[in-house]
Amino acid sequence: MIELQDAAYGYGADPLLSDMSLRLAPGSFHFLTGPSGAGKTTLLKLCYAELLPTAGSVRLFEQEAKEMARDDVARARQRIGVVHQDCQFLDHLPVAENIALPLTVSDRKTGDEAANLEELIAWVGLRARADALPPELSGGERQRAALARAVIMDPDVILADEPTGNVDWEMSLRLLTLLIELNKMGKTVLIATHDLALIRAAKAEVAARVLRIGGGRLQLAGADL
Amino acid sequence: MEAQTWAVLTVLEQTPGVDSARALTEDEQRALLEPWFGPELPVDDLPIPRLVEVVETTEGYDAEGLRQRLAAEAPGAVLDDHTRWRRPLVEAATRLRLMGWVAIGLILASTAALITLAAGSALAANQQIIRVLRLVGAQDNYIARAFVRRFTLRALTGAAIGTGAGMIAVALLPRASTEGAFLTGLGFAGLHWLWPLAVPILAGVIAFWATRIAAFRALRDLR
Ligand SMILES: Nc1ncnc2c1ncn2[C@@H]1O[C@H](COP(=O)(O)OP(=O)(O)OP(=O)(O)O)[C@@H](O)[C@H]1O
Ligand SMILES: [Mg+2]
Repeated sequence: MIELQDAAYGYGADPLLSDMSLRLAPGSFHFLTGPSGAGKTTLLKLCYAELLPTAGSVRLFEQEAKEMARDDVARARQRIGVVHQDCQFLDHLPVAENIALPLTVSDRKTGDEAANLEELIAWVGLRARADALPPELSGGERQRAALARAVIMDPDVILADEPTGNVDWEMSLRLLTLLIELNKMGKTVLIATHDLALIRAAKAEVAARVLRIGGGRLQLAGADL
Repeated sequence: MEAQTWAVLTVLEQTPGVDSARALTEDEQRALLEPWFGPELPVDDLPIPRLVEVVETTEGYDAEGLRQRLAAEAPGAVLDDHTRWRRPLVEAATRLRLMGWVAIGLILASTAALITLAAGSALAANQQIIRVLRLVGAQDNYIARAFVRRFTLRALTGAAIGTGAGMIAVALLPRASTEGAFLTGLGFAGLHWLWPLAVPILAGVIAFWATRIAAFRALRDLR
């Protein structure tokens, strides 16, 4: 699905990430962890081609990211659901419309999908808040809305950047359960988090690989996790 | 009448493109000169040239050929065909028309530039929105469409209002009159009133392309 080979990236002259090799096989479940500022978000941006590697290769659905035309990138993003760390909503549109945005922009907002939208909003427990504007939501509500938007297109891959960053433990487990559910439906999932307890909780439910970014490198985390 | 006049009339009669030719009578010549010389003018005693009125057909005659034949048949005759006098006027009018076209061209070009600028700043102001749209998988065409629609509609309405006002102004211009000056009698007649309707359409087309080009250029810098 998504494959990095010796990929490197740096915002300035110094490389932030180097020799990143990672393969998200269909149906796999990954955690990405590491200290704040290690480059988790940056790595995810490479995975949906918001950033291009300064060296090495990033492939999305068998296409080299550097060689993809702009519309190819757009189409690939329609197959990758991203929960952004900062959610990235359009603040002037109600929550329901934000969740439906990927459908809207790909001209797929038809009757079928609209029914699906209702169901999805209920699934993340936001039925009562569907007409609110994003700035009016609590942190946890925003993250649930972001998750709903990430899955509305029925994507092949879900990349979630700190999806439980703002919520209590109970809500974290609920969101995790949603993601595990999606993985059991066959979706490829990658969750970036520094919440080790969450990773432990997940490992009881699903065969997850845990990757760790540290010192600009990517390694498989030990069995202690 | 003198032989020369007869010779001239004969030549004219045989010239293709001449509808009719008629020598003016002495009374008519006197009438023509009266305003300058008074009613007592002894036309007979004065060496006044005989005037021959020529009316051409719509196809017209070959002025140079006629001049040569007249020179052969009636050596004293002079062909005065007025186009000499009209030519500079026609030239001025043509130049005026050309200036009109240049002005229209300049207006269209500045319209395009203005719309490009406006679209560029609208795109810059909405950078964050465009970023989010890109992130959720919007293709450039989708994003550009939203801007293009807005600016094309604006240009259409703006131009329609302007055209309406302009047509009212033209309708209120003074009519042409016999004592009229140079600029009277400007205006539209009949179907010509439909011409200004092309203005909003043209403005819409220009806005469409200007915005589209501006949008795609702005999007190029954003992944
Ligand atoms: N647009 C940018 N321009 C310059 N530097 C940046 C930019 N974005 C991130 N950085 C820097 O790159 C480093 C990695 O950032 P990144 O957001 O990938 O970290 P992270 O692992 O996601 O951190 P956190 O756990 O806090 O979310 C940080 O030091 C950050 O300051
Ligand atoms: Mg981050």
